[in-house]
Amino acid sequence: MSSVAQKRGFGAALWDWMTTVDHKKIGILYLIGGGFFFVVGGIEAMIIRLQLLKPNNDLVSAGLFNDLITMHGTTMIFLAAMPILFGFMNYIMPLQIGARDVAFPFINSLGFWMFFLGGVFLNVSWFFGQVPDAGWTSYASLSLASPGHGIDFYAIGLQIAGGGTLMGGINFLVTIINMRAPGMTYMRMPLFTWTTFVASAMILFAFPPLTVGLFFLTFDRMFDANFFDHQMGGNTIIWEHIFWIFGHPEVYILILPAFGIFSEIFSIFSRKRLFGYPAMVFATVLIGFLGFMVWAHHMFTVGLGPTANAIFAVATMAIAVPTGVKIFNWLLTIWGGSIVMTTPMLYALGFIPSFVMGGVTGVMQGAAPLDYQLHDSYFIVAHFHYVIVGGVVLAILAGVHLYWPKMFGTMLSETLGKITFVFFFVGFHCTFLIQHWLGFWGMPRRVWTYMDGQGWNTANLISSIGALLMAIGVIVMVINIIMTTVKNVRVGNDPWGDGRTLEWAIPSPPPFYNFTQTPLVRGLDTVWIEKQEGNATGLTFAEPITDIHMPHGSIIPFFMTVGLFIAGFGAMYHQETSWGLPLLIFGLAWTFVSMAMRSLKDDLGYHVTKEEIQADINNASKGGQN
Amino acid sequence: MMKGLKKWRLFSLLAVLTVFLAGCGQEELSTLLPAGQVGKDQFKLLMLSSGIMLFVILVVVAIYVVALIRFRRSKLGEDFIPEQVEGSHKLELVWTIIPIILIIILAVPTVYYTYKLGDVKAMEEVNDDGKAKHLVVDVTAKLYWWEFEYPELGIVTAQELVVPTKEKIYFNLKAADVKHSFWIPAIGGKMDTNVENLNKFYLTFDKESEGLKDGVFYGKCAELCGPSHSLMDFKVKTLPRDEFNAWAKNMKATEDAKSVANANADGEKVFQASCATCHAVSGAGQGGAPGPNLASFGDRNRVAGFLEHNEKDLKEWIKNPQKVKPGNTMPSFENQLSDQELDDLAEYLLGLSVEQ
Repeated sequence: MSSVAQKRGFGAALWDWMTTVDHKKIGILYLIGGGFFFVVGGIEAMIIRLQLLKPNNDLVSAGLFNDLITMHGTTMIFLAAMPILFGFMNYIMPLQIGARDVAFPFINSLGFWMFFLGGVFLNVSWFFGQVPDAGWTSYASLSLASPGHGIDFYAIGLQIAGGGTLMGGINFLVTIINMRAPGMTYMRMPLFTWTTFVASAMILFAFPPLTVGLFFLTFDRMFDANFFDHQMGGNTIIWEHIFWIFGHPEVYILILPAFGIFSEIFSIFSRKRLFGYPAMVFATVLIGFLGFMVWAHHMFTVGLGPTANAIFAVATMAIAVPTGVKIFNWLLTIWGGSIVMTTPMLYALGFIPSFVMGGVTGVMQGAAPLDYQLHDSYFIVAHFHYVIVGGVVLAILAGVHLYWPKMFGTMLSETLGKITFVFFFVGFHCTFLIQHWLGFWGMPRRVWTYMDGQGWNTANLISSIGALLMAIGVIVMVINIIMTTVKNVRVGNDPWGDGRTLEWAIPSPPPFYNFTQTPLVRGLDTVWIEKQEGNATGLTFAEPITDIHMPHGSIIPFFMTVGLFIAGFGAMYHQETSWGLPLLIFGLAWTFVSMAMRSLKDDLGYHVTKEEIQADINNASKGGQN
Repeated sequence: MMKGLKKWRLFSLLAVLTVFLAGCGQEELSTLLPAGQVGKDQFKLLMLSSGIMLFVILVVVAIYVVALIRFRRSKLGEDFIPEQVEGSHKLELVWTIIPIILIIILAVPTVYYTYKLGDVKAMEEVNDDGKAKHLVVDVTAKLYWWEFEYPELGIVTAQELVVPTKEKIYFNLKAADVKHSFWIPAIGGKMDTNVENLNKFYLTFDKESEGLKDGVFYGKCAELCGPSHSLMDFKVKTLPRDEFNAWAKNMKATEDAKSVANANADGEKVFQASCATCHAVSGAGQGGAPGPNLASFGDRNRVAGFLEHNEKDLKEWIKNPQKVKPGNTMPSFENQLSDQELDDLAEYLLGLSVEQ
């Protein structure tokens, strides 16, 4: 199907991608969108580290520095890490459960466009010269005091992007609950599907608080409300609570799919079933629950009082237990296995010590009185980069190498992949390890510059050099991707040779309907089981070849989002211009008309006939792989 | 192989230790060299938690390294198919229970110190004559400076906190504009200054600041508060109780001084005309002024909290405060004062002193 698309003109291909409701194409769109923002956030990070290279530096101004740290954090969390993981979830999860698509393909497309245009909205602020500058946490007293439209871009951009995420989460939940292939019981689901499931459930409960908080902020700033204005009876601490009730689960929403990817990798490249699978599932669910009960550990210094601090301190430490269970189960998965050092496996092996270090510093900060010292110092910067880069980003890079052949039918160069790993991994530790000490030595976070003579110079220099190494790693990966795409050497169903789950038993890339026949699942790692029993295809089918019902593509999701994008500008400018309010109404009307079109026009989809499927199967068995 | 590995491990352990010992930072601002009971308590927790965590890391790394050495495919052969082990209840129990025990070991002192450091009941205690038993300092954080008011003593100062050593000092913390956070790393952990409520905590200062590099401890704003967040430093001078009393008395004595003795008279005129609407030169009274109190300006360690304390930097600051500390509320005097007036003003300001 994709090869057909390539032969058409650019306009037709663009139209195809903009209207697609295929979960695989949307997954790729998420990866491209997230990858783009990852580069943007990375460039921001490089400027930050250049500014902090030496004391009293004035490469960027104080105001611009705050813009950079705010946009770096916001971009990396909301527009890079989440979407890239969503890309993997979208692409891989339906394949792992033997489904033909997600439950709501139309909403899937809408979710992507809302993320993307929300992200664009946020970043357009750079061209207006009014950039969010109150940190990614945007604490209320500062965000209300911030002049210009910077924070407005933050509030509205995240509102649009967050709506897309919420839709995606609900979609994944419904998909996993309803669309598993026959025999795919919950306790036979691959761990990546499990973590997608739990992360989606967390999205369902964590994003509404963010939505509410952002609406409060929007109304405070643009419509004269006083939710956070303490002089008018509002309260800024409410924002902190709302933000962290969302914000803490958010970090688990990021890390759980990362755990899922690593679980797949350990299993595949040790040729061994995941050790303690039920415990792994239970730990995932438990982390999901506990993730909602610890938000106030971000607020130990706010003055909530010793009782609240003590309760949240102990709850925070408790999370270490299920996380520890996961670490040891991974160790026991590779123990007794047959470990092969592929690029994805290198990332997974690099992840364990890195993430353990990030995890233990998390427990240290859970000890509330100690956190009084560490909070808002460079120690916390080191900690969350150890879990997010050492956990999430390593998982993303591992996932790119692992799933690239499945998605694009070509294998990324292993040599370049390993070079990327070495640069990125060394650079990562070089950048962030020393920052723990910077925190001990009294350096607060989010500082634009620092005076000479405080003993921080060398450490900051080392940290900046590390950042450069990470950048080199990423550049090598981009080169790898380009070279691999140009060479275009096609691979078969299971290029790694030891695939265990359903996605490795279908062509790379899979046909647009995924499975010619819905598979029958006979256990955990069903493809592995089939292959061990001598079934070379890895699949047993649950049904004969029948017509497949598929949805039509639609441009409406894109149009719906464009309306919101326009309305955002209207809301932002309605106080100071006469055209703001009409624009707001026009944008919302546009969205509602698009929604009405979707509701009123019945789209019953189409069928792929038996004959077409049979033709595809014959074609593949004739060696149509290449 | 194993011998080489052992050596390598010993070496890395030594390297880590060296970094750790050499890495204690500077006495005036390092949390690793605590100079007060609060900071010391927190340091104890740091050592305890680091110890536990180091143990966890070592266990994980040990299993990890052995697994990597023993179970490589290059050793086992391409065709080796490992046994598909499902799991082990016993092991799951082991690595659930041991972490729980470790966490309890950490949780008990955590809860104890949380209550200990959060205990501010003594703030309200009064003597028989109705005076507060303990020294209370009201801290108000503003864009981008700190005001320190001593309500019982009737004095107020800014940018440089002066406190007696070896007793509990209680703090009322508040922000006047946006949220800040009050942090003296070498003395103890931080607490936020919120805009809508008063936060209370205590610190003790065990060490006189005189012997330190600049004669002061360093204080920091730890909550992003705008462009000049990173420049919102303050300093802490700790004195023995009797010297503190003398300082407080001198501050109080500036109350009636209509003009400051031995001052540059021309500079004083400039000050009265240009600066006095926002800045006081009397250390007596209450806080709440639009600009920092300057009664003890000549004794301070820094201009504007972070610049060198000399005439050149002071004049630079007065001429163009926005350039030096963007976003602060002081207007620029570049075009309003002549060079001569600036010289006089600087001399006058640097002469403001309560320490003899």
